[in-house]
Amino acid sequence: MNASLPGPLNDNPNLDRWVAFPSPGQVTILTGRVELGQGVLTAMAQIAADELDVAMERITVRSGDTEQGPNEGYTAGSQSIQFGGVALRQACAEVRALFLDQAGKVLGCKASEISIRDGRFHRNGASTGQDYWTLSGAIDLTSRATGAAARKAIADLKSVGASSPRLDLPGKVFGDSVFIHDMELDGMIHARVIRQPDRDATIASIDERAICRVAKGPVEFVRNGDFLAIVGDDETAVDAAAAAAVGHVIWHNVEAPIPTQQEASWLLQRPAVDRAFGAAPADSQGRERFERSYTRGYLAHASISPSCGLALYQDGKLNVWTHCQGVYPLRAALAKILKLDPSSIIVHHVQGSGCYGHNGADDAAADAAIIAMQKPGRPIRVRWRREEEFIYEPKTPAMVVKVRAILDEAGKPVDWTQEIWSPTHNLRPGAGGNLLGALALPNPPPEPPPNDVPEANGGGATRNAEPLYDIPAKRILHHLVTEPPVRTSALRGLGAMPNVFALECCIDELADRGGKDPVQYRLSIITDPRARAVIEKVAAMAKWNPDAAGGTGRGRGIAFARYKNRAAYSAVVVELSVDEDIRLHRVWCATDAGLVVNPDGVINQLEGGIIQSASWVLKEQVRFDNGVASYDWQTYPVIKFSEVPEIEIELINTQDEPPLGVGEVTAGPTAAAIGNAVSHALGARIRDLPLTRERITAALLKE
Amino acid sequence: MPKRFEFSVNGKAVSVSLDNEESPLLDVLRNSLGLKGTRFGCGLEQCGCCMVLIDGAPEKCCTKPVWSVVGKEIVTVEGLGDAARPHPLQQSFLDEQAGQCGYCLAGILVSAKALLDKNPKPSRAEIAQALDGNICRCGSHNRILRAVEKAAVLMRAGAER
Repeated sequence: MNASLPGPLNDNPNLDRWVAFPSPGQVTILTGRVELGQGVLTAMAQIAADELDVAMERITVRSGDTEQGPNEGYTAGSQSIQFGGVALRQACAEVRALFLDQAGKVLGCKASEISIRDGRFHRNGASTGQDYWTLSGAIDLTSRATGAAARKAIADLKSVGASSPRLDLPGKVFGDSVFIHDMELDGMIHARVIRQPDRDATIASIDERAICRVAKGPVEFVRNGDFLAIVGDDETAVDAAAAAAVGHVIWHNVEAPIPTQQEASWLLQRPAVDRAFGAAPADSQGRERFERSYTRGYLAHASISPSCGLALYQDGKLNVWTHCQGVYPLRAALAKILKLDPSSIIVHHVQGSGCYGHNGADDAAADAAIIAMQKPGRPIRVRWRREEEFIYEPKTPAMVVKVRAILDEAGKPVDWTQEIWSPTHNLRPGAGGNLLGALALPNPPPEPPPNDVPEANGGGATRNAEPLYDIPAKRILHHLVTEPPVRTSALRGLGAMPNVFALECCIDELADRGGKDPVQYRLSIITDPRARAVIEKVAAMAKWNPDAAGGTGRGRGIAFARYKNRAAYSAVVVELSVDEDIRLHRVWCATDAGLVVNPDGVINQLEGGIIQSASWVLKEQVRFDNGVASYDWQTYPVIKFSEVPEIEIELINTQDEPPLGVGEVTAGPTAAAIGNAVSHALGARIRDLPLTRERITAALLKE
Repeated sequence: MPKRFEFSVNGKAVSVSLDNEESPLLDVLRNSLGLKGTRFGCGLEQCGCCMVLIDGAPEKCCTKPVWSVVGKEIVTVEGLGDAARPHPLQQSFLDEQAGQCGYCLAGILVSAKALLDKNPKPSRAEIAQALDGNICRCGSHNRILRAVEKAAVLMRAGAER
């Protein structure tokens, strides 16, 4: 344990896990963080380019590989740059120091007399003939990082802080084979899984002849217990057979979710593990109590491509290709279900579409691996069907959030309770969750014990439940609901969106109760200077008018959060109008993310978070009706091009502060700002998401 | 007994031999012809990942039977341009960094090409409407709209030269 090293480097201290000089002029960077469409590999290359003093063009980034790269767990929680980037930066600084020392020995001078220009070593302004590649033979990169090497001063960074174009984008606009779905391996067989409807369901009968008739090509059945797959050389035939099989495979013991279970309020009064944090219970001592309840339904990740996985079992080795967020945790989970030694499994990350959390990626990889074990020597490609992805991906849980505030004479909160009902936000394989295919195998693993993301890691349902406002007493009551109707796990921001929605809508309700302007009210209860700065900035950007009349059908709302109370700060203003439906017009956002590696990349992430959150808030809820009834883009509509607002984003310049994660920071503030703007437009408050036409009508009738 | 199906893809005549005349054009492009740029998203003609031009009109091809395109001209994203000679749309998508995961982009580029071929000077609302048949889940919409506007300007300037 070396406390001076950044966490991921401490976990993977050998420098060859991070940096290699494979051939003259070439640098390879290895990272455990994977590309999910967020541009992380470009940012990592920028970090390495600066710290090693080599041009970006020389750098190849390899990511998510259990054979070579560092084990950094999951690419999740807006932590890649905040932790993984800092680790890579330190690793590169250590490598640079080793090379400078060696160059000093070779050249007979002090290391400090040598400078590096694009990988070439200079002294007294002249080339020394030495470079990383001439010296690399003499340096043992398997040596361990010591923490002694100094990283460059922020002022000396050139690539970091510049909007470097994304390295992965050209292949995507030219239609190259960049996605896992495009992989072709020699002798590859296509496969589709006929999914077990739920963990206790068993196959009663399979009408193989009926299925083969529809296939119009040769297909084969692979079965292990209640795990059933259809495989064949011709993807078209396999696809047709799988679509037909849904009606020709009969299951026993199917328990399907019903409509009443789709509402968040169903979670109240369910079996739960109760947890409490923060201040001791308080008496209001005659002061005013203010209590409101907010809810959000189940959401789907709804990745644009269904999940895909490839696997090949040959000569006692299992190779798996996946677009999941954590190759090492997947390897450990596969070893368990397949009863293999982890050292005989190699997991490779290949890009898929955006996942925004724990979607079907791990499960599709497990499907491929299970089939591959029964077909040694043949590469297996599993691609889920659209409805399979919608029905079987882990959902993000419905949540009920009750806020209770005790107010002083000035109407400011002096005591804050946020009480939460939610199923888990973490059924990832690395957290003990089961891979779907394993549940259908003989002797399936037991149900995982109740668990949510620990508060030390930002919490799951409790994420952002604690207000950053200056409130003397704050507490969180968490009811971890243990038997949800569907499998639930991580989606972008976990509990932060419902918690910030509840908290920031309630702050607006408190402002309104005292006749205060929402911006001024927030500033009157928060002293954190970086929080104040983003609130003030966004109000200026939007030309916030404290006297704008409400109830006109057009409204504005503001909201603020610091993601996890430890990542980036962000404030959002939304302008919209409401008739039967809500129409978003403009969104302004001010964000403080500390040192920004790639400003355009950060803005792209913030915009994406705003638009995705708007889609969740306006349109999205997974519905149940004798099963998951949201199974395609018509039954689970998302925001369209013609519905997207104009967005203006400004980054607060705090380059001398450490970098802070941004991928998930705008989702909560956007949701709450929309809620607050709708209330301003209508003169009536809606506290349940999504903000459907029915709820708008009901709110107006109630007023 | 396999049948032959003849049509053109990106200006080249192709002939494929298939047992199943109902095979979707998307499968034929990806698996028989090795053109992986056209992506599978839903197989239901809902998301637009598989958008191609068929005789100049934008069409989703994930359920389009191969027999129905015999004798027709298909254009896929690979037919727009490549790194050496990018189409103005591809260039402006790169200039605007219009995309995140990029899975939807091939279909969006094809829809945008169909729009600009028909309407060289579309308003932002017209572009948005033309792209409503394509889903972007990452939230790159505004960058994509800007990129199409910019490509329209580039293409008009090119046409005047």
